[in-house]
Amino acid sequence: MGKLKASSLALPLIAFVVVTLLVPIFSLVRLSVYDSTVAEALPKTAEVLQAWSGTELPSIEVYETLAEELIAAQETRELGRVASRVNRILSGSRSTISKTPRRFARTDAPDAREEFIEIDEDWGELAIWHALRQATDTFTSRNFLQAVDFRLMPDGSIERMPESQQVYVTLFIRTLGVSIAVTALCFLIGYPMAYAMAHASSGWARILLVLVLIPFWTSLLVRTTSWIVILQQQGVLNDIFVFLGIVADDNRLTMVHNMTGTLVAMTQVLLPFMILPLYSVMTNIPRDLTKAASSLGANPFQAFVRVYFPNSLPGVAAGGLLVFILSIGYYITPALVGGSKGQLISNLIAYHLQTSLNWGLAAALSVILLVGVIVLYVVYDRFIGIDRMKLG
Amino acid sequence: MTTHVEFRNVAKSFDGHTNVVEDINLEIPRGEFLTLLGPSGSGKTTCLMMLAGFESPTAGEILVDGKSVQDVPAHRRAFGIVFQSYALFPHMSVAKNLAFPLEVRGIETARRNELVDRALKLVQLEGFGSRKPNQLSGGQQQRVAIARALVYEPELVLMDEPLGALDRQLREEMQYEIRRIQEEVGVTMIYVTHDQGEAMVLSDRIAVFEAGRIKQLAAPITLYEEPDDPFVASFIGENNRLFGTVTQVGEALCTVDVDGHTIQAAQVAEDTSPGDKVVVVIRPERVSILQSDHSLSNSQEATVLSITFVGDHLRVQLDTCGNPDFIAKIPNIAGHGSVLKGDKVNIGWATLDCRALPIL
Repeated sequence: MGKLKASSLALPLIAFVVVTLLVPIFSLVRLSVYDSTVAEALPKTAEVLQAWSGTELPSIEVYETLAEELIAAQETRELGRVASRVNRILSGSRSTISKTPRRFARTDAPDAREEFIEIDEDWGELAIWHALRQATDTFTSRNFLQAVDFRLMPDGSIERMPESQQVYVTLFIRTLGVSIAVTALCFLIGYPMAYAMAHASSGWARILLVLVLIPFWTSLLVRTTSWIVILQQQGVLNDIFVFLGIVADDNRLTMVHNMTGTLVAMTQVLLPFMILPLYSVMTNIPRDLTKAASSLGANPFQAFVRVYFPNSLPGVAAGGLLVFILSIGYYITPALVGGSKGQLISNLIAYHLQTSLNWGLAAALSVILLVGVIVLYVVYDRFIGIDRMKLG
Repeated sequence: MTTHVEFRNVAKSFDGHTNVVEDINLEIPRGEFLTLLGPSGSGKTTCLMMLAGFESPTAGEILVDGKSVQDVPAHRRAFGIVFQSYALFPHMSVAKNLAFPLEVRGIETARRNELVDRALKLVQLEGFGSRKPNQLSGGQQQRVAIARALVYEPELVLMDEPLGALDRQLREEMQYEIRRIQEEVGVTMIYVTHDQGEAMVLSDRIAVFEAGRIKQLAAPITLYEEPDDPFVASFIGENNRLFGTVTQVGEALCTVDVDGHTIQAAQVAEDTSPGDKVVVVIRPERVSILQSDHSLSNSQEATVLSITFVGDHLRVQLDTCGNPDFIAKIPNIAGHGSVLKGDKVNIGWATLDCRALPIL
């Protein structure tokens, strides 16, 4: 009873997590494979098309049903969405679909089929009917296929995207590479820093801690844009290089709006997430361990490699996992300083959410990213143990 | 016996103006078990850390085998050190912990395993090699720490309050264990503790520290029977203290006036002269409650304030010579029932059982 009471205190939190985390994730997954726009707008057509052989043009009745439903869709303003869904399967079909209800019943064709073909001769081809039938499927693998550079053809077969349109796999690999590089850079810079903090006098440790935390108190946007100021061709760093004679004035380095910019800015932004877990683990490593190692005859290098470093590993793992997971989904920084070569997968997810409005594809890309992170987490737990992770 | 370790005028200051350790002079012969005893903050651990090489003296020098170790870094000094926290490496098994000093010395595997097994046997932990330190009890961890400090056969072993974290019973057991191991291996042992009982049991000699100085350096029995410093007298065992003034100085004896009472005491400082302020110390177990027909060289009247039954003795609190906290321990033998609270009794002790210590 007491236990029940105690856990009931956590109910608001559980409800909060369900509403803000589980529900969105569930609807994200659903969005990536489920789309009922066309099936709802053209319910009768959807039904009759399921029975269609696919080898010859549908019967005149099907044309009539479609005409009726397209006109209805135009009145409910659903037509545009239907047209753009079909267009994703067969490009060029948008205008065919949207102009048909406007012009229907204004020609002197003998039957609906002839009339359709008169409006647009595409209606006499099988392709648009295949596309339409595929669009009426409420569950689709199209988004996931596209997310890994394959496409579902109107006739249901799967083939690779043409080379010029293969973007996502490259981007996933680039995102992975950038995340690994940023994690490694954060480790290389963060480890000595955390060590210095953990072993400084308490006064210095406090100052260093504030220096690490100040970026947290500054807007991410400000920090990122100040990197543009520093790194651009007429920027501070290039000015210094030119002044010191390291580079010629007419040969200034390009350090921003490319991969360098993304790496530098992301490393700086994510550095505290590496330093803080490391610092917390390091302050808990007893000083006596290193002393004991040296009393046993280990020189400072041996004492560090064989005793200190292994004991700081939970911090390295925690910081590494944190930085890696954060950088895999990083968005603002690459968007601002990355240019076209420094874009990551999240930037494309944002593009599909905000600009192309292809939410299904955005959802599929996000699900792949989420699964990747979960796999990483499971592997981590399997080999290091999540309970050994210390976040501070 | 040759001198193994020597402190010469060693002083240490951490902040540049107050000395934590002041002018320490110490000669430790090879094979001795020496304890540095003192309350916390008295400088004993600092002395040990300077010897270990983790701190360097501000003044003076430390010699090992007659050579200054000033410029020898800690990892080249090759002493065995047992830390208060044990400092076992948590990520290594017991055997790996023991093998560590051998590995960094480049000793080959077969010899290494042999030494590890021998060290485990020495501390009676055969078969525990594959355990991790956190799978062991406090006492077992302690044994591993000792084994690790001995495994590479150092000639000098330093222990910093190694029994501080153990409960009382285990502590007593480990004391005898440490003494046995030290005698078996024959190393020079320098041991730091604040527990005077531990120091008495273990040591050949004890250096009593107070405020960064050695107050007395002697065998346990000498410290107990013949303390020559008021701090040592009260720190080692229990002592009654009577403050007074010297009135007469004889050969090795003196007469002291305490609150109008005359006491004959052994005289400690040779340059004692009449008029000096002294404290007269008497062990409670040396005080007798006199039957009417007995007398001792020192005999005083006293009032019984309270009687506590301890078991093997009675602890009697007396008011005498102006000290209402004077304690006598009366052996629990037939006839003790004759003393009652409120009684006026005669107490006495031998001249040589009380010592007049100069107050600086």
